[in-house]
Amino acid sequence: MTGWRHILLRREAGIAVMIVLFCLSVGAVKPQFLTLDSLRIILLLVPLIMIGAMGQMLVLLARHVDLSIGSMLGLTAMASGMMFRYMPEVWWPVGFLVSVGLGAVLGLFNGALVTVFRLPAIIVTLGTLNLYRGLTFIMSDAKQIDRQYVPSALKSMSVTSPIFGIPWIIFISFGVAILTYWFVMHTRIGRQIYALGSNPVAAPLRGISVTKVTLVVFAISGALSGLAGILYASRWGFVNPSNTGSGFELQVIAAVVIGGVSINGGVGTVAGTVLGVVLLGCVSAALPLLGIPGTTQSAIYGAVILLALMIDRLVRMQGMARSTRAAVP
Amino acid sequence: MTAGTTSPVLSARGIGKQFAGVEVLRDVDLDLMPGEIHALLGENGAGKSTFAKIVAGVHRPSRGVLTLNGQVVDVANPIIAQRLGITLIHQEPISFPDLSVAENLILGRQDGAALGAVPWRQMTRDAQGLMALLGVAIDVGRPMRGLSIADQQMVEIARALASDSRVIIMDEPTAPLTPKEVATLFTIARRLRDEGRTIVFISHRLEEVRALCDRVTIFRDGNRVATEGIADLTDADIIRLMIGRPVKEYMHKRGTEIGEVALRVSNLTRAGLFHDISFEVRKGEIVGLGGLVGAGRTDVAQAIFGIAPADSGTIEVHGKRAQIASPVDAIGLGIAFVPEDRAVAGIFRSLPTDQNITAAVPRKIAPFGMIKAGLERAMALDAVSRLRIRLASVRQPIGELSGGNQQKAILARWLLADPSILVLDEPTRGIDIGVKAEFYDMIGDLAANGRAILLISSELPELLALCDRVLVMAEGRLTANLARGVASQETIMQAAVPKGDGLARSGKAAA
Repeated sequence: MTGWRHILLRREAGIAVMIVLFCLSVGAVKPQFLTLDSLRIILLLVPLIMIGAMGQMLVLLARHVDLSIGSMLGLTAMASGMMFRYMPEVWWPVGFLVSVGLGAVLGLFNGALVTVFRLPAIIVTLGTLNLYRGLTFIMSDAKQIDRQYVPSALKSMSVTSPIFGIPWIIFISFGVAILTYWFVMHTRIGRQIYALGSNPVAAPLRGISVTKVTLVVFAISGALSGLAGILYASRWGFVNPSNTGSGFELQVIAAVVIGGVSINGGVGTVAGTVLGVVLLGCVSAALPLLGIPGTTQSAIYGAVILLALMIDRLVRMQGMARSTRAAVP
Repeated sequence: MTAGTTSPVLSARGIGKQFAGVEVLRDVDLDLMPGEIHALLGENGAGKSTFAKIVAGVHRPSRGVLTLNGQVVDVANPIIAQRLGITLIHQEPISFPDLSVAENLILGRQDGAALGAVPWRQMTRDAQGLMALLGVAIDVGRPMRGLSIADQQMVEIARALASDSRVIIMDEPTAPLTPKEVATLFTIARRLRDEGRTIVFISHRLEEVRALCDRVTIFRDGNRVATEGIADLTDADIIRLMIGRPVKEYMHKRGTEIGEVALRVSNLTRAGLFHDISFEVRKGEIVGLGGLVGAGRTDVAQAIFGIAPADSGTIEVHGKRAQIASPVDAIGLGIAFVPEDRAVAGIFRSLPTDQNITAAVPRKIAPFGMIKAGLERAMALDAVSRLRIRLASVRQPIGELSGGNQQKAILARWLLADPSILVLDEPTRGIDIGVKAEFYDMIGDLAANGRAILLISSELPELLALCDRVLVMAEGRLTANLARGVASQETIMQAAVPKGDGLARSGKAAA
């Protein structure tokens, strides 16, 4: 094992320890937190964030950021929802194609603005965050797609599956994580994403097409937001033009950053991101159980994110001090 | 050299280059022979790096043609250059710090589909083979981040070998290296030459060019002014050709009166970095601090300036015990520190030069918190003329100035603060010979005005010419305190080389 792998291992181990400590301390107050039931609650909370986090991780690795994922989720969910409502004769799995395909197009549009006009991604996606949300209102005439229009087969994907009755969306989200792992570790373009984020100046000198890699990460981020969009319809059974996906980007970025992906690009792993998502899921599940009213939940939620980042920073600084001291006589 | 009997591997004819209408390279003809080490010399901005970058495909020439083995080639980008067997090795190698050494070696020569599999195992094996070929021990599985610059250069050279480059261009490779690393680099360069490859070596250090190179080409103001065998030129010839005018002996030391102790450091220790450091610097005295890179010299300077205070030991300033916990304390005591890496720690790149110059004296230019623009400008203009800083306007962003002029502006910043103690960390690294001479004059003047100066330098001639005393550090300890006259290249190196008494020397072994 090289020193590098050691550090990464330690980093992920750190998040895992935080998850265990958090669950044990909540369990000490509320023993029912440590039951299979709450595991099920947590696992049902994480799939959408997990899927969004994989896309966001790729974007951050390339030293960009995608703030528009919540709006892409909303717009793609609305597109499928309207298809379900106005074209009920269409076979319902086509909704997956519609949402994922539309998401990829929206993501490509982000990527094109970033590459062609050389605009910073944070500004571009802040703009499309509003643009895509606005399109959702225009398209839907500000009307919600109610439960009765969402196909029950789609809704049941969030309830069960033939495999131990574990809902399909949990398999889908972990499947996306495994695919992402394969993509970043074992394909050329996956490694090029790390290279681009690690040193954007050097990348073109080494024959990496900055345009291509940038377009790919934004397209994947959009497509995965689309997948999260159709699964939102599955999970909640409705699509609302203003609520659906709203604030999604903040949860996802929080999970990814807690998971150790660097905002400065080039650093981050799928395993860390998965753990970051799980930690966030645990917190979300614990708050109502602890009887914390909805009005204060978001403040606590934010505080936990900051706390996790501070702990991580302290651990890392100590690690750094130790390694420099060990390195010099 | 057998130039003339063999045909050139690479010929440039009439190469010219313009950047935004400014001509930086004019009508350059040059032949590179197989099996030679060819030096490119010239002041910064003379065009040697631009020429090298055109050959390596980083820039495209505005005019002229390149011929490789008798065939006209269009080196449109670095990838094509690499396929043609031309590799440029940058001074601070351009690498991907978060990727492994093996990946850094392979990136850029990957063909195939985007979704094609990364051949991790074969990649590792190939990388290990290349490292063995060079005879360097670098773990190819570790990330580039944390490798010494010397090791990063080795990785770049390995990359050149991986694509079987016939022309390898090294752009100022030795500036950040220790003498031992330079020796290793030279051994490898000579071996590559003996295999029939062509090495193009860009450097400011004449003694290195003399030690390594067969032929030398000198650039001045975008023109090639001479190409000769190195044995046919004296150092004076080379310098005259480079700067276009004869130079007087530029290393000199004026006699100054040495006064009372300005800075006394006693038993300064910081765990793992330096141990039990004691010395003093007197008013009017220039004390050199020599040693190898990594010996702890910069760490001592940072402790004195409060950037990373020592764990134990005392610092006295003008006879009074000083508590220095941060740079603010140090500045308050009249200490100034010109850091080694101006790009990182010295300049505010995007800000105008005048704001950079006045950055250390906010009270002077803004007595009540409101900046007096006229005063700021006047102070900056005064510094510009006194230090002969060359620029278009004091409103020009400092990042656009040449390295030497940036360094002068930083020096000007600290002179405005009127420090009584000045710590200079490698102040002349990477600046032109002509500007260096001015710098030496300035440092001499500063000492003559009664300032105490601690000069960290890796260039032995610089230490010997300027300093009244030379301290030497090795492995975090002070190993010599040599008076002027006693200090020589030999005595300094003797003290600087680690004695290997059981202490691991570098992070490579420990990490």
